[in-house]
This record gives sequence, structure tokens and C-alpha cells, in this order.
Amino acid sequence: MQDAIVELAGARKVFASPEGGEVKALDNIYLDVRRNEFLTLLGPSGCGKTTLLQSIGGFVRLDAGTISIDGADMTRVPPHLRPVNTVFQNYALFPHMSVEQNVGYALEVRGIPARERREKVGAALVMVGLGGMEKRRPNQLSGGQQQRVALARAIVARPKLLLLDEPLSALDRGLRHSMQIELKNLQNELGISFVFVTHDKEEALTMSDRIAVLKHGRIQQIAAPREIYDRPANPFVASFIGVSNMFEGSIDSGSLVMDRGETLQLGRTLQDCKGRATAVIRPEQFSLSFEQDTRAGIDVTIDQVIFVGAGFELYARTRGGRELVVSAPASARDDVARAESDRRARLIYVPANIHLMPGEGGSQ
Amino acid sequence: MIASTRDRMQLGLLLGPATVFLAVFFLIPLAIMVVTSFLAPGLYGGVEWEFYPHNFGRIFGFADPAFEEFDPVYLEIFLRSVRIAVLTVIATLLVCYPAAFCISMMPGKWKSFCLFLIALPFFTSLIVRLFVWVLILRQSGPVNGVLLALGLIDQPLDLIYTEGAIILGMVYIFIPFMFMPIYASVEKLDWSLIRASQDLGAGPIRTFVRVILPLTAPGIIGGSLIVFIPALGNFIVPAILGGAKVMMLGNLIEQQFLSARNWPFGSALAMMVMSVMLVTMMGFVFVSGRRRSSMASLSGGQRGAQ
Ligand SMILES: Nc1ncnc2c1ncn2[C@@H]1O[C@H](COP(=O)(O)OP(=O)(O)O)[C@@H](O)[C@H]1O
Ligand SMILES: [Mg+2]
Repeated sequence: MQDAIVELAGARKVFASPEGGEVKALDNIYLDVRRNEFLTLLGPSGCGKTTLLQSIGGFVRLDAGTISIDGADMTRVPPHLRPVNTVFQNYALFPHMSVEQNVGYALEVRGIPARERREKVGAALVMVGLGGMEKRRPNQLSGGQQQRVALARAIVARPKLLLLDEPLSALDRGLRHSMQIELKNLQNELGISFVFVTHDKEEALTMSDRIAVLKHGRIQQIAAPREIYDRPANPFVASFIGVSNMFEGSIDSGSLVMDRGETLQLGRTLQDCKGRATAVIRPEQFSLSFEQDTRAGIDVTIDQVIFVGAGFELYARTRGGRELVVSAPASARDDVARAESDRRARLIYVPANIHLMPGEGGSQ
Repeated sequence: MIASTRDRMQLGLLLGPATVFLAVFFLIPLAIMVVTSFLAPGLYGGVEWEFYPHNFGRIFGFADPAFEEFDPVYLEIFLRSVRIAVLTVIATLLVCYPAAFCISMMPGKWKSFCLFLIALPFFTSLIVRLFVWVLILRQSGPVNGVLLALGLIDQPLDLIYTEGAIILGMVYIFIPFMFMPIYASVEKLDWSLIRASQDLGAGPIRTFVRVILPLTAPGIIGGSLIVFIPALGNFIVPAILGGAKVMMLGNLIEQQFLSARNWPFGSALAMMVMSVMLVTMMGFVFVSGRRRSSMASLSGGQRGAQ
């Protein structure tokens, strides 16, 4: 592919687990990172995100498969010869060097003369908002500042690709949010591809051009955030990416028949499907109504109503005992009040908007 | 900061025992040695109470003309001692540094086993262990035996009673002392820093020089001091493996005190050993102190600014 900066083909990595078995950290991974793309690797802890990132950086040797960066085969190339830099999870700043020496390290290695080095280091520090901190030592910086130094150090030599391993996980919430935006801006400004690892779905949805969802060393789905959110490829992705109402059952003449006898009407495009399937209805895809409404809907009892500022979250239960989450906008205040006092409501959905996935099981 | 009288009394009581101990068992003997080194030796042992700088003169070339001529042998012994101590430091360093890395990379069980092996020599007497080296190195020993049997040599080699034999023995006994501080600093080494260095484009050599070496330097410095100082004054190893042929300062001092009964000259020699040690120590303290104080002043400045 012409516009791919990184191509992984058939990458596999197996570790021996301490219990004596094997862990497939990477299981037949095919992945393209496009030029100037913000790609996020998302998945639960232990799914192989770090291993995947480090195999691009060169710290993990693949058992099988190939990796090429910018058109050149890099499968057996050691880390220091790859045009890639990493922001490590614990920052890994050199404690015996000043901020300036840390950031200038990649330039020093490349033999850039001291004066030019100082200029570039200064510029990189300004870029991450740390101008004037050149002489400090890493242990004299706060966590957020260390994070920025690690970032400046990784971008100063303009790699073709920046790898970031959960760089924001150690920061507190407010700082994390502003760093998310800054990182995204930085990526636009630099015009290089970022491969970003996180286990935080909101972080992934906010920042990414594309998200690759991993589980047990396999890529479950790789797509743009909205695509992943609206049309998850399987129940795992659906549940990992956000609160979802999932309905398992078998398709029978245009509706999904669930085990407890409840049914969901499906849109016309799904009429011809067969077999077992899981349907997803997002909390915001329901609209709140009451018994006399004849549109497609589910009758529920309301367990709890929570005010979340921008709207309401309703915890509901079907006659068959299935628990559902509904979010209602602030404008639906009157309906919410009525549902809360009646303790019952009818959840209206649009059959054509139901997303259907093959297979079963919504749990991770 | 003015301490109250009470605080000062407490401090005095707490420091008192240690101060008395050091005064009695360290400073007073030291003072006796300093004074003795400037006194004249008595004819049959003992000292004459007169100022007599020629003890140092015998070493440095202004010997008492009434008694004897200047003999450079003492300077030779002094230089040899320094040379042997330095070579011992270098050799133990070359052995222990890679070994510390190997052992720190081992899985837990093997690691403790290896550490146990390194401490094992302390369970037997030093003298016995050194005499075993005599058996190994002597003309009828196994080393010469093997070389003769292989036809590599016709005559047994003089392996023992050489400077080489002394260095071998020194390295043998000082390896645990060098190993421990180095191992401690290698264990503390954060491997992600090595990855970071590689990631930023540094090859193995630069990573070693710029990251691994500076971060393990405290162990190297500590180990070198702990080996150099006792190696310089050591007299057991040269006594056993150097015989009468290769002497070190320690043997010379022992000889002056016990056989020649020239206490003032022995004291002068001991003073020299001590001054070399002091200079070395202060050099190291100065170097590491400057590193630390530059960092401390910076962090102090930051604390003030916040
Ligand atoms: N060096 C290693 N030795 C053995 N197992 C490993 C090693 N590195 C990772 N693993 C295993 O591989 C799996 C994936 O690990 P990792 O890539 O670190 O996951 P993540 O970063 O997504 O949390 C985990 O089950 C982990 O235990
Ligand atoms: Mg990880």
C-alpha cells in the first residue's frame, strides 16, 4: 500500500507463561499504519498492546511475520536503527542527565553539533510547553512535566513514526484531558504518524483517526471511532467501547427472538439474515414513551433515574428481567419525570437503526 | 539555627560513647604513630626522644648519613605496592562487572545461589585458601604438571613468589568485596533506560558509555575503594605468595615492627600507606560529593521557588 508508513503482516509472538503454558501475545496480526495518522491500539490489560508497539519499535522479536517501515523491511533490524521513537509508559528519562541532555540525546547520537542541538532542543521544549526548564534534572519535575520531556525527547529528531505506550495513564484526570488535546494538536503540527496505546475507550474515541481493538493478541476490529462506536464488529468490541444494550437471540422472519421469549423487530435490510446473532441498541438510541405508543418498542419498569447534567440516565428492566440503560436528553425532562413516578415506560427504537452482529455473548 | 541547651546535652550524650571510643581506639594510637615516626630508633629497639626526620629520609633520599646510605629499595616497594593494588582493582573490576550483569539477569533461584557462591569463601580461613594456591602454583603443582605433560614446557615454571602470583591471590580474595557494591548498583539499574537509549538511536557502545556506565558508577567507585585500600596495606598475600622475593609495604612494616624492632621507621612507612589511602579516599569523596551537591543545590533552588 502506497500510503502506509508501517505494515505488519502475519505477526505472531508467543510467550511462555509462568504457569508453564503459552500466551499468544500477538496472533496473526495484519496492520497498516497510514501516513500522518493517529492510530490507537485499544484493549484490556494483557491483550498484547505493548507487545505490538514494541515489535514496531524493535524490542520484541516476532516469532513469525514481517514488519516494514516506510517501505523498508525492518523485521530483523535492531531498535537503534529504526526510524521510530517511543514515549515509554514510565517515561524512562535518564536520571543522570539534565532535561536538555535528555531531549538532545537523539541529536547527540546523530552527531548534530552542540549549537544546532541547543536550538532544536529549545524548540522541542517550547512545543511541549516546557521552555526554560533546560537545566533541571528529571527528579525536579512533576509527573506531567516529565511526561512532556519524554514527549519532547521522542519528537526532537523527527522520527517517521511516534509510538506512545499509555503515556497519559499516570496523570490525573484534568491533566490527562488537556494532554489528550495537546497530543492531537502536536500530531497535526508535526505531520507524523502516532501509534498510541491505551486501555481507556474515551481517550481512544477522542483522539484517534482510527482505532484497532485488540483481544488475546488478535485485532477484533480496526476502523474510525464513529464506525467502531456505531457498528462494532462483535459483542466484545461493542461492550468494550461503551455501555451497550445487547440482545442475543436467533433471527426468525424479520425479528430477533430472544431466549426468554422477547422479540426485537429488525429493519428491512436485515430481514434475510439467519442464525444466531446479537443486536446492539445504544442507550441514546432509545426514546422514552408510554404504553399507548404503537411504534416498535419494549415495555420496561424503571429501576433508577440518574441526573448526569447534560441529561438523564435511566436504569430499566424488561418483563423478562433483562437490564437496559437508556439515556435521555435534558429536553425530555417531562417524560423522564413521568417515567420516574410511574416506574414504567415504553422504550421506542427504530428497527432500521439496530446494529446486528453475528455470534453471541456481550461479556468480555 | 540555635539548639537549646537541652538539645545540646542530648546530642552530647548520644554522640559521647562513639566519640570516646574513636578517641581511645583510633585517634590516640594515630597520634602515637605520628609522634613515633619522627623519633630516632633506639639501638636495641625502643625509641630515643629526639626529633629525627630521617625515618622519612630513608624512604625519600635524605637518610641519616651517620647511619646508612640512601637505598631506593623502599621507594621500589612502595611503588610496587601501589602498582599491585591498582592492578588488583582493575582485574577484580574486569571480573566482577560482567559477572554482576550476568547474575542480575538470572532467574530468582539461580541468582540467590550465585550470590551464595560468592559469599562462600568467607566460610574458610583466608590463610588456608592462600596456601592452597601455593600447592597449585608450586613447581611440583598441578599447573606445572599439566604444562609439562603436554610438552609445552621442559622446565617447571616459577609461578609462585612472583608479582603475578600476588596479584592472582589478591584478586582471588578481593573479588567478593568488589562484587557486592557493583552488584547492588547493577540490580538498581532501570532497564527501560537502556531501551530508551536504543530507541533514540544509540548503539550498544554509546548506550554503555552514556547510560549504563554513569548509572553504575557509584558501585564501581565504591568497589574500587573497598578493594584498593586493604590491597595496598595487605601483608598476608605477599607473605604467602610473594615469599621473601616480592615484598609489599605491609610486609615491610611488619618486618620493621616485629623483626628489625625499628618502630619509628615502621611508623613512617605506615604513615605513607595511610596518606596514600587518605588522598585516594578524599579524591573519591570530592568527586562523588561534587556530583551530589550540584544536584542538591539545584533541587534546593527549586524547592525555594515553589
Ligand atoms: N516478556 C514477557 N514474557 C512473558 N510473557 C509476556 C512478556 N511480555 C508480555 N507477556 C505476556 O503477553 C501478554 C500481552 O502483554 P502486553 O503486550 O504487555 O499487554 P498489554 O500491554 O496489552 O497490557 C500478557 O499476557 C503478558 O503476560
Ligand atoms: Mg502495556
